[in-house]
Amino acid sequence: MGDLIQMVVAKYNYWIYITLMMIGLYAMIAKNNLVKKIVGMNIFQTAIILFYVSTGAKRGATIPILEHGHGGHGAGAHMVHAADYINPLPHVLMLTAIVVSVATLGVALALAIRVYNRYDTLEEDEILAQIREK
Amino acid sequence: MSQQYPALLVIVPLLSALVISAAGWINKRLCFPIAVAALGVAAYSSIGLLLRVLDEGAIVYRLGGWDPPMGIAYYVDHLNGLVLTVVSVVAFLNLIASKKSIELELGDKTAPFYALYVLQVTGLLGIVATGDAFNLYVLLEITALSGYAMLAMGKDRAQLSTLNYLYMGTIGACFYLLGVGYLYIVTGSLNMVDIANLLPPLYESKAVLGAFIICLVGVWVKMAFFPLHAWLPNAYTHGPSAASSLIAPLVTKVMIYVMIRLILTVFTPEFAFNILAISKPIVWLAVVAIFMGAILALSERNLKKMLTYIIVAEVGYMVGGAWLGNRAGMTGAILHIVNDALMTLCAFLVVSNIAYKLKGYAFDDLKGLVRKMPFTMGAFVVAALSIIGVPPTCGFFSKWYLISGAIQAGQYAFMVALLFSSLVNVVLFFRVIEICYYEPFADDGGHGHGPPSEPMAEAPLTMLVPLFIVAAGLVLVGIYTGDIVNKIIEFAIPQGIV
Repeated sequence: MGDLIQMVVAKYNYWIYITLMMIGLYAMIAKNNLVKKIVGMNIFQTAIILFYVSTGAKRGATIPILEHGHGGHGAGAHMVHAADYINPLPHVLMLTAIVVSVATLGVALALAIRVYNRYDTLEEDEILAQIREK
Repeated sequence: MSQQYPALLVIVPLLSALVISAAGWINKRLCFPIAVAALGVAAYSSIGLLLRVLDEGAIVYRLGGWDPPMGIAYYVDHLNGLVLTVVSVVAFLNLIASKKSIELELGDKTAPFYALYVLQVTGLLGIVATGDAFNLYVLLEITALSGYAMLAMGKDRAQLSTLNYLYMGTIGACFYLLGVGYLYIVTGSLNMVDIANLLPPLYESKAVLGAFIICLVGVWVKMAFFPLHAWLPNAYTHGPSAASSLIAPLVTKVMIYVMIRLILTVFTPEFAFNILAISKPIVWLAVVAIFMGAILALSERNLKKMLTYIIVAEVGYMVGGAWLGNRAGMTGAILHIVNDALMTLCAFLVVSNIAYKLKGYAFDDLKGLVRKMPFTMGAFVVAALSIIGVPPTCGFFSKWYLISGAIQAGQYAFMVALLFSSLVNVVLFFRVIEICYYEPFADDGGHGHGPPSEPMAEAPLTMLVPLFIVAAGLVLVGIYTGDIVNKIIEFAIPQGIV
C-alpha cells in the first residue's frame, strides 16, 4: 500500500493525465448528446497536451530564456546548464497540438450544427430512431 | 531541381491548396487546373524521387538546411519511394476522373472541395515522406481534418457518420501522439532514425513497450483494423463519390505504411517480432478481421458499402502479412499496399461512374446495368478479378506472397482466412456481375422479353479514360510484379528478415 501511494504521489502528473483521458473517453462512449461527446473528445486531447507539458518541467528550473544571451563572447560568456531550464521542446510541440485540437473541435462542432439542422436534435438515440424510421 | 523533389512533393500541393481557395473567390473554373497542376508536380516529383532512390539509395532531405535530429528531415528510401508514387499517381488519376462527378454532386462547393482534396494529398504525401515522428502526427491530422470536411459534404447520413469518424480518428491520432511522447521521454529525440539508434539498449524498458503498443493501437484505429473498424463503412459510403474514391484507396494504405515504418525503422524487426512475441496474437486478430470483413460484406445489399467492408478485410491481409515476421509476408504486405490502392481506386471509380448516371448504387439499382454502361462494367470486372486474386491481375501476386509467407511462418489460420476471403470475394463480385449482366433492367417491370430497350448511357469520356488507365494498370502491375519486388521491395525490407 505504501509503495502504491508513493508511486501515485511521485508521478502524480501521469495519474492526472490518465484520469483526464479516461474521463474524456468515458464521455465519448457513454454520453448521448453529440456536444457532450465532442467536449469529451476535447478533454481527451487536452489530457495528452498536459502530459507533454508536464514532461518538460524540472524541479527548481526556470523558463528557457538565456538572461545574457546576446554578446555572449569574452567575459560575459557563461556555461548553460540544461538542468536550470525547463525543456522547451515539448511545450513547442504542444503549441502545434493545441492548434490541431482547436481545428478538430471546430470541425466537430460544425458537423454537429449540420446534424442538428437535419434532425432537429443532438441526442444520438433520437437521431438513430429517426434514421431507422426511414 | 531533382535535389528538391522531397520538398516539392509536399510544398507545392500545400501552397496550391491556399491558392485554390483564393482562386475560388475569383472564378470557380480556375480551381480544377490549379489542382491538376499541383498534383501533376507532386506525381512527377515522386516518380523522379523513386527513380533517384533506385539509383542512389536512400535520400535524406533536410528541410531548411537544419541537420537532424534538431531539424526535420524527410527520409525517402525504397519503401516510401514506392508508396509516394502510388499515392500521388492515384490522387492525380482520381482528380481527373472525378471532375464531372464533383461538379454534379457538389454544385457551388467545388472550390473548397478542390482545396481540401489537394490538402489531403499534401498530408498523405507528407506522412509518407517525413522522417520525424511528431511531424508525422501533424500531417496525420492535416489528412484527417481535410478528409472529415470532404466526407461531410455528402448526402443523407454523411455528417453523422463523419462525426463518428472524427471521434475515432481523433482517438487514433491522440494515441499515436501519446506513444511518440513516451518515445521522446525515453530517447529525447523525435527523428525516426535517431530514435532507432538510441532505442536498442532500452528495449527492456516498460516505457518503450508502452510506446510501441500505444502507437500501434493508434495506427490501427486510423486504418480501421477490426474491431476498430466501425467508423469506416458509413463514413466512406455516404461521402461524395470523389472523396470516397480518394480516401478509400489511400488513407488506410498509408496507415499500413506507417505501421510498417514503425516496425522496420523506428523499432527494429528484431524488437517487434522477437523481443515482444506479440506477432502470433496480431496475426490471429488479422484472421478475425479478414473473416469479419468478408462476412459483413456478404450481408450488404449496397455496392459501395460492400466495397467498404472489403477494405476492412484487405486491411486484415496487410496487417497479418506484415506481422508474419518473414520476408515473404512483408513483401506481400508492401506489394498489397500498391495493389490494393489501385484495386480500390478502380472499384470506387466504377461506383462514382454509376452514381453519376444512376440514382443510387444499391443492388436493385444495378439490374441490367451492363447494357447501359458496358465500359464501366468491363473495368469493374477487371477490378473484381483483381480483388478476388485471379492472375494476371495484380491481386493474385500479393496474395501469393502473403499465402507463402503464412505457410513459412506456420500460420495456417491466416492462410485459411486468405483463401476464405478470396472465395467470399468470388461470391460477392459474381453476385454483382450476375445482377448487372443477366437481370432485366429495373424499368422493364418484370416482363422484359425481347431485346432490351434501354439505350447505352455511358459515363463521359473524362471519367472513362482514367478508369481504363487504372484497369490497365491492374494488369500491368500484375505482369511487372517480378520487377517491382526484385528492384524495389527487396531493398525496402532490411536484411534481418529472412
